[in-house]
Amino acid sequence: MAALSAPAAPPIETRPRTGVFIGLLAAGGLFLLLALAAFLHFEHSGHIATGMDNQIVWGIPHVFAVFLVVAASGVLNVASIGSVFGKPDYKARAPLSGLLALTMMAGGLVVLAADLGRPDRLLVAVTHFNFKSIFALNMLFYSGFFAIVAAYLVTLMNRRLNPYARALGFLAFFWRLALTTATGSIFGFLIARSAYGSALMAPMFIIYSFAYGLAAFLIVQSAMYAWNGLASNARVLARMKNLLAVFVGAALYFTVVMHLTNLYFAKQIAYERFLLLDGGVYTTAFWFGQIGLGGVLPLALLLIPGAGQTRVVIASALVTLGGLAQMFVTIVGGQAFPLDLFPGHAVSSRFQDGIVNAYAPVPGEFALGFGGFAFAFLITVIAVRVLPFLPRDAADASALKTTD
Amino acid sequence: MNERGDIGNNDNRGNNARDGNNGRRGFIAAAATLTTLATLTLAPGIRLIQIAAARPEEEAASAAVRWGLLIDVTRCQTGCEDCVAACGKENGLGEVARPRTDAQWIRKIDLKEHATGRALSLPMMCQHCAHPPCVDVCPTGASFKRADGIVLVDRHICIGCRYCMMACPYKARSFVHEPHTDQNPEVPRGQGCVEGCTLCVHRIDRGETPACVAACAAAGHAAMLFGDLNDPASAISQRIREVRTTVARADLALDPGVRYEGL
Repeated sequence: MAALSAPAAPPIETRPRTGVFIGLLAAGGLFLLLALAAFLHFEHSGHIATGMDNQIVWGIPHVFAVFLVVAASGVLNVASIGSVFGKPDYKARAPLSGLLALTMMAGGLVVLAADLGRPDRLLVAVTHFNFKSIFALNMLFYSGFFAIVAAYLVTLMNRRLNPYARALGFLAFFWRLALTTATGSIFGFLIARSAYGSALMAPMFIIYSFAYGLAAFLIVQSAMYAWNGLASNARVLARMKNLLAVFVGAALYFTVVMHLTNLYFAKQIAYERFLLLDGGVYTTAFWFGQIGLGGVLPLALLLIPGAGQTRVVIASALVTLGGLAQMFVTIVGGQAFPLDLFPGHAVSSRFQDGIVNAYAPVPGEFALGFGGFAFAFLITVIAVRVLPFLPRDAADASALKTTD
Repeated sequence: MNERGDIGNNDNRGNNARDGNNGRRGFIAAAATLTTLATLTLAPGIRLIQIAAARPEEEAASAAVRWGLLIDVTRCQTGCEDCVAACGKENGLGEVARPRTDAQWIRKIDLKEHATGRALSLPMMCQHCAHPPCVDVCPTGASFKRADGIVLVDRHICIGCRYCMMACPYKARSFVHEPHTDQNPEVPRGQGCVEGCTLCVHRIDRGETPACVAACAAAGHAAMLFGDLNDPASAISQRIREVRTTVARADLALDPGVRYEGL
């Protein structure tokens, strides 16, 4: 199990240069400050200052927040493949995987909290639980996730506690599956709207999380190698690249199945027509963003022979972009399509009944969303500066002793 | 009929005090007069004085009662928004100046049947479901159903997550998008919380009908009938037994407390 403990690598190799470090902190800090300004503005003026209204109640902040939460659970898979499935290449990456899981989850939850109507009542949210609410269960899953992954991380990085890493790795793996099931079910349990209310949401979100999380991991790992002047291990990169391709393909499969089943149900055809053909920005985001940029193109980049680090990073960035597009389509597109209040009737009212709901997000909403990324980014940058998170493979570092 | 009575029916508790002495007879006579006044119906569903059916403050809402509304779509007039205006005034919502973000607890919907072209107009508000999705999804329990079937939001523990708005199939909830002043003390509202039709619970607890029902009656349409769905003798129950009524999105099986006639 000693391999699970990250090696005490020479500082010069595992830490970005001080200038780079300060620059990264400043960049992340700037985004965080912008997010803070947006938060204070919305908090003071109310949501009237956002593009959200009584029809589009969850907007861009939720797109970023849910993406980060889903990707956070997915990024932990790298550690799980090491601890649960015993793959040494992934064990070496387990600490970074655990760290990213924590920081991205924190980033997502910060955005979710900042977008509440009453963020000052966070304490109420953790003291009053409606256990029938999947949202409340999610809060328990998120809290547990922090505790379990933090403990797992400690066992990974502390040689003395290393024997417990496997057990905690198992626990973290099952916990994260439950967590993403619950996150997908936030939408899966909504009977009101045509876009949601499907049991497929839970497994689909799990497979999305696999893809988004691994893509995020590959981007961070490549950046860290670049900071330290290291090249990726070609063999390991090839394995991870193929795994990402499998996840992206599986995500596409679930998306296709979801829409094909919808097309089979007469009551869902109007929604599918909206999303696939007539939905304007949502149709574009679906075909161009989620399917094209986030699915087909990265698959091609990953599977056409000769993919090196650059191509893998580009593919990963595209998967991330596609993930944001998918969240936009799922969350905002699902609300834009009008409710079917009286089936068989055309409806109209002063409350925007019967029409496709317009949504024009303000820059502050994007600032809040990017703030979640900045929050995760800053904690990650500081953590990798002070602790040895850099993935080291046996072939690359003689300091790393693999014993299992 | 239980102690709280059905506002849709006449209530005459004064008749119980008949066995007193002569000295009390005058008082009883006066009480009977007052009672008659109290039950005097100005229009269906509206009374001059409504004291008799009020529930004592210390008494909790009872599950023996289920408040409901029956809306006769054939009597509801296209273009009439008296119920909407009355709701806004009663609950301190004010005029709808910004339809996208202003709270609209009740709204008029114009319908046109695809197959026949039949045009209808009806009010839509919280349907006070027996199985409300908003209550199921609310993480803190701020969305709750009172024992007598009224679905409410506890403004003290609503965190403004808006998940209930995602869950409601009737789009019956509004989010308070900006600071508010000039509130009705009986209907506290706050920026950042979600709210919706309370069925004028403060009026019901005083023994009155919801403001929309009163306004509809005052306008002479009498398209809204309020009462206790659990009381077989109530006007609403009798009407529901007599005519075919339906609920919005019956396919969802939420058992709404609001029913529509003539839809």
